[in-house]
Amino acid sequence: MEQTKILKKKAVQIRKMVLEMIYRAKSGHTGGSLSCVEILVSLFYGVMRIDPKDPKLPDRDRFVMSKGHSVESYYAVLADLGFFPVSDLESYCQFGSYLTGHPTTKVPGVEVNTGALGHGLAIGVGMAIASKIDSACYKVYVLMGDGELDEGSVWEAAQIAAHYGLDNLIGIVDRNRLQISGDTEQVLRLENLEQKWTAFGWHVIHVDGHDIEQLINTFKGLPVERGKPHLIIAHTIKGKGVSFIENNKDWHHKVPNDEELRMAMMELDEKLKELDADE
Amino acid sequence: MNEKSKMASRHMVAQALMDLAGEDEAIVVVTSDARGSAAITKFFDTFPERAIEVGIAEQSAVGIAAGLALCGKKPFVLGPACFYSARAFEQVKNDVAYTGANVKIIGVSGGVSYGPLGSTHHALHDVAAFRAIPNIDVILPSDANQAYAVVKHLVNRERPAYVRIGRNPIPFVYDEPFFEIAKGYVLRSGADVTIIACGEVVWHALKACEILSKEGIEATLIDMPSIKPIDEETIIKSARNAGRVVTIEEHSVHGGLGEAVSAILGKNFPVPIEILGIPDEFPVTGKQEEVLSHYDLDAVGIAKRVQKFLRRFSHGR
Repeated sequence: MEQTKILKKKAVQIRKMVLEMIYRAKSGHTGGSLSCVEILVSLFYGVMRIDPKDPKLPDRDRFVMSKGHSVESYYAVLADLGFFPVSDLESYCQFGSYLTGHPTTKVPGVEVNTGALGHGLAIGVGMAIASKIDSACYKVYVLMGDGELDEGSVWEAAQIAAHYGLDNLIGIVDRNRLQISGDTEQVLRLENLEQKWTAFGWHVIHVDGHDIEQLINTFKGLPVERGKPHLIIAHTIKGKGVSFIENNKDWHHKVPNDEELRMAMMELDEKLKELDADE
Repeated sequence: MNEKSKMASRHMVAQALMDLAGEDEAIVVVTSDARGSAAITKFFDTFPERAIEVGIAEQSAVGIAAGLALCGKKPFVLGPACFYSARAFEQVKNDVAYTGANVKIIGVSGGVSYGPLGSTHHALHDVAAFRAIPNIDVILPSDANQAYAVVKHLVNRERPAYVRIGRNPIPFVYDEPFFEIAKGYVLRSGADVTIIACGEVVWHALKACEILSKEGIEATLIDMPSIKPIDEETIIKSARNAGRVVTIEEHSVHGGLGEAVSAILGKNFPVPIEILGIPDEFPVTGKQEEVLSHYDLDAVGIAKRVQKFLRRFSHGR
């Protein structure tokens, strides 16, 4: 319980870092970065075997940020953990910075360059097969956007993962129900997602993607079914944590102005006070 | 060189992988329902735990290979060059080259190897496509021996590479397998013209040189298997000697060996250059040999075009 309390606050702090990065860079993907914060916080602080002092630890768990545009929350988490200095986040998207607008392996802790959608799951399949070949213990986590599932390559990789019975592979869908043009069900109907993934041979679990305790418990309980890859459908809210950004497609890659940043920070600071008061 | 015995490069690539995999446990093979065309059925039987079949899914084959490489494996992806250089292009660009994943793509049945099957199955753009991506080597072996040596060389070269080979048995240019990256091999010397060729038309170029010699034209012939990185020094040195250069490739005249050579000479020692390749059109229907012949990429055609070129740029010789 103590850990959950700390991580709840951590999630709010990460959100503040995300907004500051986007505001400073005048560039970024606000909505999708905010929707996956609890997923990242749960994995990186509560589940995965990683060492910020040794980013290449041989048997570390692997994380693939397939929805590479949510890079701000990813960088914020890695910096906060000590993979690189937090102060470097100020250079995000600035000329010559190693912190590019989609993840690259120049950043300590990042496993693979992503940004084009539909690539991460196949990469994760390769990593999971490598783990099996070596009889290693590491698991592979691939975070995808829900809009990303429009890409056919995702389903190719899904078939292959099931064919090889990769129960060390965990796909996570940030199911925030919005993509650039609007509602995922209106742009290109995704549902019934559970039935689709189940038919592809995956074990599917639904979670509240903002409930850290539930996320951690779910991840720690995997695999539920031996011989099957697992898909976590994490139900989230795009832009989570800032009321005027939540569930608004215009904030897919909108950058906050001075007033919007001030209001957002005020709301997040209020949230931090609330969490402190609960303790 | 051996005119009588022939061998398809894919068999020697497969043999090299077999020979090396016994000692190097990091070697893995990934294919997309192309075990037969890549001649790797025996590898699958011998090293089943390191042989990964992904079905007809070239994009995933490359992505999976990147994941394997990032976890310390040395993956070789084998399958038709036409699909790996087009459908899986984004995976090669991002997952492999941009990330710097140590993946080797072996494009088999490249060029017009599939002959009459049509342009869906031809790879005549692959060199141009991969040359334009940073951080990936582009190699076209000229015979089965060199193909063997290429694989052996690449196993311990920790960076991405694309290797294009053909499908059909071809004569041996070399008696022994040897290959070094960024090295051109001078197969014969002559002062009248420099011919630079790559891949499976090198053999035709060699025969063309014999025809030219009978006509009193002595050519230098350079086999340039490594197109990126390329052997600039040998190219410039030879151009200085002959003053006229002809390039030959089983590839579009756009973006391949010819333009690579042109760029180097344009900057360092401008001389007249003729680029022989497939013109900017979808090729005629026919077997590989027929298509090559149609576009003057066989011995007779090459000799004819070289003579025509030399007449245009005689420089008062």
